Amino acid sequence: MAVGFPMHEWALAESVISTVSQIAKKEGLKEVTEVKIVVGELQQIELDIFEFALSQLKKPELEKAKFKIAISKAQLRCRVCGNKWVFEKGSLSNDNAEAIHFLPEVAHTYIRCPNCGSPDFEVLEGRGIWLKSIRGVK
Amino acid sequence: MVDPRISIINDRLKATRNIVAVSSGKGGVGKSLTASTLALILAKRGYKVGLFDLDFTSPSTHVILGIEDVKPKEEKGIIPPQVHGIEYMSIIYYSGEHAAPLRGADVSNALIELLAVTRWSTLDFLIIDMPPGIGDATLDIIRLIKQIKFIIITTPSQLAFETIKKLISLLKDLKVQVLGVVENMKMDDSQLIQQKVLSLNVPYLGEIRFDAKIEYAMGDVNELLASNFAKKIGEISSKIVD
Repeated sequence: MAVGFPMHEWALAESVISTVSQIAKKEGLKEVTEVKIVVGELQQIELDIFEFALSQLKKPELEKAKFKIAISKAQLRCRVCGNKWVFEKGSLSNDNAEAIHFLPEVAHTYIRCPNCGSPDFEVLEGRGIWLKSIRGVK
Repeated sequence: MVDPRISIINDRLKATRNIVAVSSGKGGVGKSLTASTLALILAKRGYKVGLFDLDFTSPSTHVILGIEDVKPKEEKGIIPPQVHGIEYMSIIYYSGEHAAPLRGADVSNALIELLAVTRWSTLDFLIIDMPPGIGDATLDIIRLIKQIKFIIITTPSQLAFETIKKLISLLKDLKVQVLGVVENMKMDDSQLIQQKVLSLNVPYLGEIRFDAKIEYAMGDVNELLASNFAKKIGEISSKIVD
């Protein structure tokens, strides 16, 4: 584990905890038991750091919550030629992969459609972090 | 599926005393130069200032301020580096000198991401250099930052004024505070734009004469601060500091 959490996974974990707490309050949940999260591959989240941050940031109502994290492949579709493909980190230099890690939209700077070379593609799935479901006790 | 980033944005910005978007209806009227100079002047006056270049597809404040070879620090998020006394954030840290061809949804996503992960210090002013017009970035800033205030830049051109009229109309409809309008690149003594602005019940913050030499100050902060443009922005800034 990196000392001092020098990654922005912490900030994303904060946003998850904040959102779960808000939803729990709104839904009248005294205790949250399960949180399902989808993590997209495009952002290349370091899962161990993300999970550790979640455990450290837990609020009282989340004490017993289990965080279930599913990985979503990053699927891209070219708007010009319609080609669909899956993001492969290995196809990028470390610097470019790191830039996409911090700001996934710069994928349009560093990735081109393998079929026609266009940067005009959409990320169908697997961009960042999403909350899929929350379970708890009222 | 819920995007968890939205809920943290308010927390990130709640300690910031003033968040000011520098906006216009058209490009090329001096938004980025105004935003950069305003940030510099407020920082020189001892305020804690951040500058966020939100013109993702055509960022330019780094060129105006001569910012090179700096990177944000990673510490439980992203901490913007201090440049010329300003906490500075821009997409250029990630896109470099390359093009970032983003559609509207991508602009929104990038904006939400950077607002969610950037850890500004306790700022007196966060100045946001907006892209022109009333598209995704403007709508998102209004949606996500409840305390946002706008400074609007126009030129003496009636075409430019027509576009800011629509921007002002939108902001009024959405009950967003307009600090006022700056008339940039003025070349004669016409008061037409001033009268038109005042007729909209919006403060006219002042005029700035066209400065043919301002181009030579690009990238040189000392030259910029010594310019007539900066002197006028200094006068205008006194009107918006509460």
